[in-house]
Amino acid sequence: MKVLVPVKRVVDYNVKVRVKSDGTGVDIANVKMSMNPFDEIAVEEAVRLKEKGAVTEVIAVSCGVAQCQETLRTAMAIGADRAILVETDVELQPLAVAKLLKALVDKEQPGLIILGKQAIDDDCNQTGQMLAALADLPQATFASKVEVADGVATVTREVDGGLETLKVSLPAVITTDLRLNEPRYVTLPNIMKAKKKPLETIKPEDLGVDVTPRIKTLTVSEPPKRGAGVKVADVAALVAKLKNEAKVI
Amino acid sequence: MAILVIAEHDNASLKGATLNTVTAAAAIGGDIHVLVAGHNAGAAAAAAAQVAGVAKVLHADDAGLGASLAENVAAQVLALASGYSHILFPATASGKNVAPRVAAKLDVAQISDIIKVISADTFDRPVYAGNAIATVQSADAVKVITVRTTGFDPAATGGSAAVEAVATVAGNGKASFVGREVTKSDRPELTAAKIIVSGGRALGSSEKFNEVLTPLADKLGAALGASRAAVDAGYAPNDWQVGQTGKIVAPGLYVACGISGAIQHLAGMKDSKVIVAINKDPEAPIFSVADYGLEADLFVAVPELISAL
Repeated sequence: MKVLVPVKRVVDYNVKVRVKSDGTGVDIANVKMSMNPFDEIAVEEAVRLKEKGAVTEVIAVSCGVAQCQETLRTAMAIGADRAILVETDVELQPLAVAKLLKALVDKEQPGLIILGKQAIDDDCNQTGQMLAALADLPQATFASKVEVADGVATVTREVDGGLETLKVSLPAVITTDLRLNEPRYVTLPNIMKAKKKPLETIKPEDLGVDVTPRIKTLTVSEPPKRGAGVKVADVAALVAKLKNEAKVI
Repeated sequence: MAILVIAEHDNASLKGATLNTVTAAAAIGGDIHVLVAGHNAGAAAAAAAQVAGVAKVLHADDAGLGASLAENVAAQVLALASGYSHILFPATASGKNVAPRVAAKLDVAQISDIIKVISADTFDRPVYAGNAIATVQSADAVKVITVRTTGFDPAATGGSAAVEAVATVAGNGKASFVGREVTKSDRPELTAAKIIVSGGRALGSSEKFNEVLTPLADKLGAALGASRAAVDAGYAPNDWQVGQTGKIVAPGLYVACGISGAIQHLAGMKDSKVIVAINKDPEAPIFSVADYGLEADLFVAVPELISAL
């Protein structure tokens, strides 16, 4: 069984982004970029399934600018066998990515598609669900545990109030939550090996997908700033402030 | 123009998140219909009918809808979708699970986690862990939206809408529900609590977490929250996590104990009305958002605070 793992190149999670003064977006020029943390978890899970023998091949996919190749090389250094880059300079929104992935699912016929639950830049949390809908596959989102056997995936999901377990017939779409696993560090020898693994580049047109954005961003602004706080000397002063000034207790 | 709000419920009762979503729908303007899709969820449908501003409650009752599987609920929503200009879900685990599925089937983009309605097609939503607010406009015929519940006040009760049974639709049968493990708690629900006491890695163990923070939460009638570090270390259950990838909260008072204040944590609580930080590191970033900061060892300060209350 093949596994398809879509990965996204995003601003590194430690970077505190700045909103551009003209309100057109956030400034990502010369900012460190990395693989979306949830996608690292997705690649790790796919590689672990391969190590357990449940999976034969792990294919990493990324959609976006040419530099996404670096993200795909990272995925291959973690253990993906080959990679596909759908290259475009157009701003890709979740629906467009889901359509591109649907076309790749038709082509590659994977038994499982594992995505991150959300990208930390647009914070959308949509692509996996959209792909599942377009390909008419079952979905198990926000997974914290995955077991694959006999054409069925048993998935424990993180939901409000606790955990829930589902069984989905394969092929299926799974999106990862933080607790699914701890991604391994990529080692230098594996980075070198990843450079030799195949990376195919195609265009959205090759897949027959229209990727025109459907949602227009009018402006991007700074969130309202909080007023400067005060430091209090001791617990008594804190209680006094909360009772008399803030009146919250 | 009518708006369909998908109710969040556990079959027995309507969840608070539905009320905030109705307020967002009212801000868009138009007749508001609420869909209660579930199994033996008559009580939830009756509760939805009493929400002020709701014109009609659509009640879909089927065994297949009982566990709220995304495939089944999405199919039910799609069967009713024609005739609505907007379809709104609360941005809860359940709403986020279903909404994109509905949008993709309708071939429209979905707008996640709106915090403000500018007009019927323009909305504000936070991006980059809340470090920027994007004003976005949708050109699609139907707007499929999830609503950040802390961005809108809950709708009042006192309405008297009619409840109408609707025909149910089968899902694709490719997913099945196995079971649920609910974290038992007598405390207020985290996302609805007026006061939250939250702990981080500095607590050191789950025993200490409970020993130190539970009495404070009891005293304040507060919900307990946690940072990712505390959850990953096993000090607190996953669903207590506050942050970009956990719950987004905005209580009247948020007490952060032993939490450094990483970007990802701040994303989940910086809209709280009053933030108190107790941390012994004067350089901790949490102090930059705290209204009241106390630089102290929490193991000393929290018990003192309890006795002073």
